[in-house]
Amino acid sequence: MPSRPCPRPRPRCSQPRGGSTSQPALSFPSRAPGMMLKAFFPTCCASADSGLLVGRWVPEQSSAVVLAVVHFPFIPIQVKRLLAQVQQASRVGVTVLGTWCHHQQEPEEGLGHFLEGLSAIFTHEPWLQLCREKASRAWSCRATHHQVPATPGTPSEDQVMLIFYDQRKVLLSWLHPPAVLPDQQAGDATASAGGLAAVFDTVAQSEVLFCGDRYDEGPVRLSHWQSEGVEGSILVELAKWASGPLCLLLASLLSLVSAAGTCWLWRLWPLPFIGSKLSTCEQLRHRLEQLTLVFSTEKAQSPSELMRKANTLISVLMDVILGLLLLSWLHGNNRIGQLADALVPVADRVAEELQHLLQWLMGAPAGLKMNRALDQVLGRFFLYHIHLWISYIHLMSPFIERILWHVGLSACLGLTVALSILSDIVALLTFHIYCFYVYGARLYCLKIYGLSSLWRLFRGKKWNVLRQRVDSCSYDLDQLFIGTLLFTILVFLLPTTALYYLVFTLLRLLVVTVQGLIHLLVDLINSLPLYSLGLRLCRPYRLAAGVKFRVLEHKAGRPLCLLMQINPLPYSRVAHTYRLPSCGCPPKHSWGSLCRKLFFGELIYPWRQRGEKQD
Amino acid sequence: MEDEKSFTDLCGGRLALQRRYYSPYCREFCLSCPRLSLRSLTAVTCAVWLVAYGLFSLFENSMILSAAIFITLLGLLGYLHFVKIDQETLLIIGSLGIQMTSYYASGKESTTFIEMGKVKDIVINEAIYMDPVEPHRISQVVPVFQSAKPRLDCLIEVYRSCQEILAHQKATPTSP
Repeated sequence: MPSRPCPRPRPRCSQPRGGSTSQPALSFPSRAPGMMLKAFFPTCCASADSGLLVGRWVPEQSSAVVLAVVHFPFIPIQVKRLLAQVQQASRVGVTVLGTWCHHQQEPEEGLGHFLEGLSAIFTHEPWLQLCREKASRAWSCRATHHQVPATPGTPSEDQVMLIFYDQRKVLLSWLHPPAVLPDQQAGDATASAGGLAAVFDTVAQSEVLFCGDRYDEGPVRLSHWQSEGVEGSILVELAKWASGPLCLLLASLLSLVSAAGTCWLWRLWPLPFIGSKLSTCEQLRHRLEQLTLVFSTEKAQSPSELMRKANTLISVLMDVILGLLLLSWLHGNNRIGQLADALVPVADRVAEELQHLLQWLMGAPAGLKMNRALDQVLGRFFLYHIHLWISYIHLMSPFIERILWHVGLSACLGLTVALSILSDIVALLTFHIYCFYVYGARLYCLKIYGLSSLWRLFRGKKWNVLRQRVDSCSYDLDQLFIGTLLFTILVFLLPTTALYYLVFTLLRLLVVTVQGLIHLLVDLINSLPLYSLGLRLCRPYRLAAGVKFRVLEHKAGRPLCLLMQINPLPYSRVAHTYRLPSCGCPPKHSWGSLCRKLFFGELIYPWRQRGEKQD
Repeated sequence: MEDEKSFTDLCGGRLALQRRYYSPYCREFCLSCPRLSLRSLTAVTCAVWLVAYGLFSLFENSMILSAAIFITLLGLLGYLHFVKIDQETLLIIGSLGIQMTSYYASGKESTTFIEMGKVKDIVINEAIYMDPVEPHRISQVVPVFQSAKPRLDCLIEVYRSCQEILAHQKATPTSP
């Protein structure tokens, strides 16, 4: 192994070698076609001085990924040492792939011999020889095999395809393979994702090779995307330095808050019951969880975790900003006072409308004939409830402004909290509608079950609880008589009950729709990945769906030159892949089951809170 | 080496197929769709405005006219950016993959690249509702030239060229 440094090659007599470095082998049908070799070359090295090509050879794809260029003069043993270090640190098989020649005019004979000699020092199969003329900007490349010749004695050549890539963009981007189909195994997908994913992985894992720039006084001079100067930013460094203690402080604060939240005082009944019903508590709990995740002191293990943290942080910040805007709007111009003044008349108005509705039902609604006695009973029962409700509201009216003012302050915790409180206020104000719905539904449900059971009696059958099926049964005459009587009574009272049930169910569904819309908005704010969308807008190469190629040069006799660019992920896929988990589950009813429940009078709970079982 | 030929599509419009042979293993096919015709654009605009004027004379509200302007503008922009495809390109690079690009009338480009390892074959599939010429994946079929809708003669040209390259690809062993 020669230990003297290889000097810069001096130009000798200018006899061009004639075509041998510039003709890639074309495949003709008469000759056995050679293997297609793909050389990935970084665009930043296109203007670098002559030297050695350093990178990784991927035999399965028959592709050579060039990572950097080592310039003359160098000592071979130091180059090998550097490559061994890089290989150990990054676990990527970085080797010398060939030579790179950037010269003024036609290549000299001496240079050609010198470059051939290098292939004896750094052996690699196949040995790449890339060449570019400064004046004409013409590329040429050639790959030779020394060990496996087609005909013994002469080295065989391959066709080479040059693919240029932007090293910085490929380094920083995350490849998102297309969604794995359900019938494919996960392992299958990663295996078949090879190819271009291998190129991305190689560049990403070889970061340690790009650490030095040309101002460093190392033994080996490299050229890569950072050789003009390592990228850095003071703000980023300061932020990194400050984030450590800040995270620690906030994490301890949050743990204090969550410890206070799990204190035994909150377990006293009826607080857990109320807490599970109010969506505000749910939202606050969700936010606390998210903040704990963001400010945890462990580093993110994978890019998706990092994105999650960033998305959560930006989403919380946006929420707080919108909440503060709402707060400033509410507290200016005495809007709270106006709102409080408008609230009691609105509640009065609603109660009045309900009273009118009940009067209408107690009369002859829509021309239907109701059972007068039952009608009056039900109507008076509900009217009394409304009367109680109105008295309660009037009792509360002096305190409403104070309460609203303090509740409005909670908007500084975030717009989502304010919206949850709005939804809870709507639920509280329409509590009487909820009660009416429950009364009506229970009554109707009882009636329907009674009717179905008595109908079975009518036909001489019975429900067997043990066997869970309908069996025939012989009844006494007394039983049949009373059963038929009750059946008739229930049948004739059915229209009245059904009408009350219908009216109150519609009212309840209206309230549920309003609350549902508010919850939809809260979910949207909770789960929108703002950081990912912003990244896709400003730095589209960071989120890659794939690559796209453009043909640069295709002159006959020259190798095919392609430019590989990053194909960014479409916005819909970004939002779908990086969406944050939202609290609460979407309603699990299908339309069919909902209609069935409505028909039989079973109570509907439009959304499930955590831990709540369906009645 | 460039080559241009003229074909007709399924609806009778004129299509131009441009073939570029960059190298024996790299070919590109550009299919240019018929451009947006002034006649249809004028017809749609007139229809929208007649309806708007009709509603305006009924309700005497000038918001209807402003809304009609907005609808026409936004509709046109949306159509040019999301619906109207000017040109569709199929680029085959032997041993690398197949790239399909759609160029919209507003200049937007939408590209899909499928690696050669994932392409099982390119076939012409005669189906009534789906478009022909599809490269197969293991469980996915990707249609090509969906919006240009060329006829069989044009497809046969493209098919022959593609099969030449794929045959080359299959003949060469993939590992040294």
